[in-house]
Amino acid sequence: MPIHPEGYRPYRGARTPSGRSWLVVTAAGVRSVVGNRLFLGLMLIAWAPFLIRAVQIYASVNFPQASFLDISAATFRDFLSQQSLWVFIITVWVGAGLIANDMRSNALQVYLSKPMTRAEYVGGKLGILFVFLMCVTWVPAILLLVTQVLLSGSVAFLAANLYLIPAITVASLVLVVVSSFTILALSSFSKSARFVAVTYAGLFFFTQAVFGVVRAGTGSTTLSWLSVTASVDQITDVAFRQPPRFETPLGASVAAVAVLVALAVWILRWRVRAVEVVS
Amino acid sequence: MDPALPLPDPSPTRSVDPVATFDQVGVRYGSQWALNDVTATFPRGAVGLLGPNGAGKSTLIKSLLGLVAPNRGRIEVLGLDAARAALEIRGRVGYMPETDAYIPGMNAVTFVSYCGQLCGLPRADAIQRAHEVLYYTGLGEARYRNVETYSTGMKQRIKLAQALVHDPELLFLDEPTNGMDPKGRDEMLALVRDLAYDKGISLVLSSHVLPDVEYVCRHVVVMDKGQVATYGPIDALKGPKGRVFEVRIKGDEAAFVAVLHAAGLESHRTDEDVMRVFVPEPRSWRDLFVLADQGGMQVRHLRPSVPTLEDVFARAVGEEDRESWTTSTE
Repeated sequence: MPIHPEGYRPYRGARTPSGRSWLVVTAAGVRSVVGNRLFLGLMLIAWAPFLIRAVQIYASVNFPQASFLDISAATFRDFLSQQSLWVFIITVWVGAGLIANDMRSNALQVYLSKPMTRAEYVGGKLGILFVFLMCVTWVPAILLLVTQVLLSGSVAFLAANLYLIPAITVASLVLVVVSSFTILALSSFSKSARFVAVTYAGLFFFTQAVFGVVRAGTGSTTLSWLSVTASVDQITDVAFRQPPRFETPLGASVAAVAVLVALAVWILRWRVRAVEVVS
Repeated sequence: MDPALPLPDPSPTRSVDPVATFDQVGVRYGSQWALNDVTATFPRGAVGLLGPNGAGKSTLIKSLLGLVAPNRGRIEVLGLDAARAALEIRGRVGYMPETDAYIPGMNAVTFVSYCGQLCGLPRADAIQRAHEVLYYTGLGEARYRNVETYSTGMKQRIKLAQALVHDPELLFLDEPTNGMDPKGRDEMLALVRDLAYDKGISLVLSSHVLPDVEYVCRHVVVMDKGQVATYGPIDALKGPKGRVFEVRIKGDEAAFVAVLHAAGLESHRTDEDVMRVFVPEPRSWRDLFVLADQGGMQVRHLRPSVPTLEDVFARAVGEEDRESWTTSTE
C-alpha cells in the first residue's frame, strides 16, 4: 500500500475547462437529496399514479368490457394534472433550501470565488429541481406512452396521436420551469428554508384563492391568469389539444407565466451575488 | 510564535511577478467610493493588507477575484485583466473569506472535494486532494465530521483547505486567525508561512493583527478611506533602526505633540502611557529634551526602540484611524 506524505503537494493532474461547474452543483445536489430515504419514499409514492394508469391501459387494451377506461390525449393531460401535486411537494422539499441554506452559511462567496458564474450557480441549482421534477412528470408520462404501445402491441394509437410527445414535453416543461424558477427566486430571499416553503405555498394558494373569489363574484373564468396553477392548466389543455377549461385567451396565460418566470430571473440576478452591499 | 524569527527566502514560485497590480482603480457602491484611485503593486511572495474598518480591504480582495467590477482603472492578476479573465483568475487563485462560509450538510472531505470539482478537478483527484489538504491544515482526524459542528478554529482551517484544494498560484486570506485561540493562531500562521516560503504560493494576507502580518509578510499595503496610504517592503517602510524612541513627559502632552510636529518630528500614542517619536536624521534624542524644555515640559522616560509595523501603520493612516483600528481589534 503506497504511503502518501501528509504535507502539501502541488497538483499536476487534469482540469476541466470552466463552464461545467453547474454540472458539479447539480450532481452534488442530486446525490445529497437521493441520500435521504424519506425522499426516496416520496418519489416512489409519486409514481403510484403511473402504476394506476398502467393498469388502466392494460385493462382497456385486454378487456373490451372496460371500454370506459379507453385512453386518449385527455388521459395524459389528466395524468400530468394529477402529478402537479407531487411537483408541488417535491419543489418545496428540494427547492426551498437550495439557495436559502447557502445564504445562511455564506456559501455564495465560496461558490462565486471559484471559476463559475452566477448563471452557472443558478443553472446548477435549477438542474437539481429539473432532475427530480422531470422524474415525476415527463418520464412517467412518456413511459405511459411506451407502456400503451407495448401492451397493445401496436403503434396505431401513438401514430394517431404523435403530437402527444411534444405535448407531454411542453406541458411538463411549463410546470417544471414555473415551479423551479419561482421556488429558487423565493429561496434567494431568505436564509430560512421553512420560510421559503411557506411563502411558496402561500403564493400558489393565494393566487388560486384570488382567482376563486373573482370567479365566484363575476361568474367568469376570464381572469384565470391571476392564478399560477390555472395559467399552467390552461397552457396544458391547449398543448394536449383539449378544450381549454377557462375562458382566458391562451396569450394571457402564457404572458402570466412568462412574467412570473421573468420576475424570478430578475430576482435571482439581483440576489445571487458574492458581494452584499449594505447602504 | 516568535515574531522576531527572520523570514526565510521564499522558494521559487510558479506565479508571475508582480502577482497583482492596481492602476488608478475606483470601485463605487452607490454614491460611495469604496476604492478611490488605488494604484499599488503586489509582488510575489507574502503581502500584508492592512487598514482600519471600512478602508476597502475586502473590496480590494473582491476586485482581485473579479467579483466586483471596477468603475474605472485596471486590475491585473497573474498577468490577466481581472475584468476580462475573471474566471481564469479564479481558477488559479484561492480565497479564504473572512466570515464563516461552508456548504450545509457536508462533511469536510465532501465539502473540500466539492470545491475542488468546482475548480475543474476530476472527482477522484478532488477527493484525493481533499484528504491531503485536510491533513495539511490539521483537520485529518475530523475530516468526516459535518462542517457545521466544527469549532471556530476548525472552520478557519476548513476555509483554508477549500482555498488550497485546487493548488492555487495565489491565495487571498481574509483575517485567517480570526477567533482562534493562541495555539491555533500560531499553527495557522505557521501554515501560512509554510505556504508562502516553502510551497511557493504567493499570498495576500488581510489582517487586523499587525504581528501576524509582520510574522508572515515581507511587503505590506496599507489602505485608508478607500485609498492606498502606503505600500512597499516592510523593512523599508519601517525606516532605519534606532530612530524611534518611547517618550513619557510631565506636562501637557498635546502641547508637546504640537511642538514635535512643528519641529518636523512625527509621534503617536500607544496603548501604554508612552508615546513613540520618530527622530529623523540629522536630529538626535537630545533634541527631544530641548523641545520639551522649550515647551515647558519635562521628559520623564526616554528609551530607544525599534521601528515596528504598528509605526508604519500609524504614520500611514494617522492617529485617529489608528485609535479606531485599535478599538475595533480589542
